Amino acid sequence: MIKDTFNISDNNFEQCLKCTVCTVYCPVAAVKPEYPGPKQSGPDGERLRLKNPDFYDEALKYCLNCKRCEVACPHDVKIGDIIQAARIKYSKKKPGLREMMLANTDIMGQMATTFSPVVNLSLGLKPVKAVLDGVMKIDGHRTFPKYASQKFESWFKKTAQASQAQYKNRVSFFHGCYINYNYPQLGKDFVKAMTAVGYGVQLLEKEKCCGVALISNGLIDQAKKQAELNIHSIRRSVAEAGIPVVGASSTCVFTMRDEYPHLLGVDNADVRDGINLATRFLYSLVDSGKVRLAFRDDYKLHLAYHTACHMEKMGWAIYSISALRLIPGVKLTVLDSQCCGIAGTYGFKKENYPTSQAIGDSLFKKIEALAPDYVVTDCETCKWQIEMSTSVPVKHPISIIADALDVEKTIELNRR
Amino acid sequence: MKFDTIIIGGGLSGLACGIKLAESGKRCAIISTGQSALHFCSGSFDFLGYVNGFDVETPASTLEKVIPQGHPYALMGAKRAVEVAAVVPEFFARMGVKVNGSIERNHYRITPLGIMKPTWLSLDDFTVIADKNKLPWAKVSIQNIEGFLDFHTAFIADNFEKMGTTCTITAFNLPELKHLRTNPTEMRSANLAKTFENVDVVKRAAELINRNAGDAEAVVLPAVFGLFDDKAVQELKRAVKLPVCFVPVIPPSVPGIRTQIMMRRRFQELGGTYLLGDTVNDAVVADGVVKSVKTANLGDTVLEADNFVLATGSFFSHGLVAHPDKVVEPLFGVDVKADADRDNWYNSSLFEEQPYMSYGVIVDDSFRTATGGNTISNLYAAGAVLSSFNPIKEASGAGVSLITALHVADLIINKK
Repeated sequence: MIKDTFNISDNNFEQCLKCTVCTVYCPVAAVKPEYPGPKQSGPDGERLRLKNPDFYDEALKYCLNCKRCEVACPHDVKIGDIIQAARIKYSKKKPGLREMMLANTDIMGQMATTFSPVVNLSLGLKPVKAVLDGVMKIDGHRTFPKYASQKFESWFKKTAQASQAQYKNRVSFFHGCYINYNYPQLGKDFVKAMTAVGYGVQLLEKEKCCGVALISNGLIDQAKKQAELNIHSIRRSVAEAGIPVVGASSTCVFTMRDEYPHLLGVDNADVRDGINLATRFLYSLVDSGKVRLAFRDDYKLHLAYHTACHMEKMGWAIYSISALRLIPGVKLTVLDSQCCGIAGTYGFKKENYPTSQAIGDSLFKKIEALAPDYVVTDCETCKWQIEMSTSVPVKHPISIIADALDVEKTIELNRR
Repeated sequence: MKFDTIIIGGGLSGLACGIKLAESGKRCAIISTGQSALHFCSGSFDFLGYVNGFDVETPASTLEKVIPQGHPYALMGAKRAVEVAAVVPEFFARMGVKVNGSIERNHYRITPLGIMKPTWLSLDDFTVIADKNKLPWAKVSIQNIEGFLDFHTAFIADNFEKMGTTCTITAFNLPELKHLRTNPTEMRSANLAKTFENVDVVKRAAELINRNAGDAEAVVLPAVFGLFDDKAVQELKRAVKLPVCFVPVIPPSVPGIRTQIMMRRRFQELGGTYLLGDTVNDAVVADGVVKSVKTANLGDTVLEADNFVLATGSFFSHGLVAHPDKVVEPLFGVDVKADADRDNWYNSSLFEEQPYMSYGVIVDDSFRTATGGNTISNLYAAGAVLSSFNPIKEASGAGVSLITALHVADLIINKK
């Protein structure tokens, strides 16, 4: 209503009244003063850029796109969107080989899973790391996530697909690159949990990387192509077949729901509500009484939930937290919501490494002091960052639920 | 999802109400569109500072004599308002927020320009000043951080000298603080406070402050210490040899943000759900009862509760919206007190009482709202969204927020 009356732009740019609240919650500004902060980079800078594009400042590349400024804004100004849109529109810096490599998760993943033993070994070798660090400017402290020998899709088609027909309810699983190439176990856990409550899992007609890394590395045309392909597949599932699409990664889901229309201009209005997150989908089923879960008596763990930035932006941590609280043997500590510093490929770049670690520092200290059995988070890159920077292993909430589930009892409870 | 009470608005009023309810074992959710006005807080809380332009010395005994009909304090009765006010220091202490002051006698706070204003409670950081015309020191050393633009030392000195206190003005610097100055526009209070979270930086700053102080009796410093808790404040006061007199700076307010953080932490530790960056966009009201609400982020998830509290604030936070011809409460469209003729909204003399300042939601003596004169039996209102008080002319904003919120919580707790 307010927007219709007073605004001319979609990002609520005109609603900024310079209150400075966003600057408090920017994880970058406090540790990297070269970054002009969300207020200056966003609405303030936009005023100047609208006058003359030469006012564009390349320092906007230091923005993590965490969107915590937007969560803090009392007037719903899409500060993060303004900044990312400015990068897309005005930046003259062309993506290099490193950006191509980091952003093309599909091509890299396809190659790497094929030769996974060699790739995993060599990515861990000192000379390779030295080349990555020295030549490619990918920081030597980073460890690339290991590549799986068998893709999730291959496993699914070979092992699980045939048995899915027996379920009356269906979901289309957007597995994303991480599950497909690096960590198929999470996909298997998802299938285990869904089938236990009577939901069969299917793959999308076609799936490409959601494109988040392409967007942040400036490969916009390619991102747009992939977005269009994904939305086409999603439309086939959601609009034509009435089957919801569910993803496990908070960032993939966020990107497809919000970044596609806001940054890439790919319209998803007809299917946006049909793109869901695994924990939200499952918890909503439980909360509305449609399914029931039974858990093992012997499952006893202390877990610490970490709210990833895009999870905070979506406002959906409540679902993951509520789902974990269903497990009787779990003692759950909810960590204060803050950025871990990795922000996808951002933290892999050599020039960002110190910033990345400084941002996450207080989180790592809190985790170490708490010493839980696992940190739990819906984001895979948070997992890499926290595992690299603390001694605590990290799991996805769906994996926790799948482990804790008394499968036979759950199947029994949901049989009608 | 089902709660006992859902509070809309996550600022001082919403949090106080939620904490009080949660303390008595109620399951509560707070929904907040972005961060709150505590980010602009002076560090003090006013209850009743002025009557007809004159300073109030003894708010408790004055209130009964002067309170106009319809004023939020009058709705609950002056005696009850004072009774609630008397327990606020203890209420704050339970969440680790230490305040000084008493409802029996106002004290004075120093504004960012060095002027004295009457107030009820001040955070423990600040000096409680008894005499409006005299500071407790004959000579002070006013010290800024080099390059920090939001602390106006010359104004402060000017006003202090008028009260007979001699002032010297200096500035100190450290490599960590100089680093922040890389981007002078981003050298803000919150970023300084984040730097001072490191105890070592505070200790080295204290050494410089001690050296600069000369023969002063106290040092006057910008209130940029202690963002997440008051450790940095304590450390600084310990390490500086003279009494420290903090003066608030141009927002964002570090002590205010800390209060917000500590209140939110307390609420969540008591099991409360705090949804930040989310907005109520749909409500089901039937037969004079609010059944449920929905939010922008949670989509089709229905949020049900026995009681709802409107703590959405005034015009600034869109708790009230002014259209060209009317003032409305946008979420439920409840009855609002406002002049029908727009010409009567303003007084053309800026510093005179502005009628629109006392516009707001109309409630009965149980703080329940109404539509078309028909009471909504489970929708309460608290804080700045209420009508018939003028927070500026009365210096009563924080008091009305806190006292009505705690009163409403009691009404809900004692409801049959």
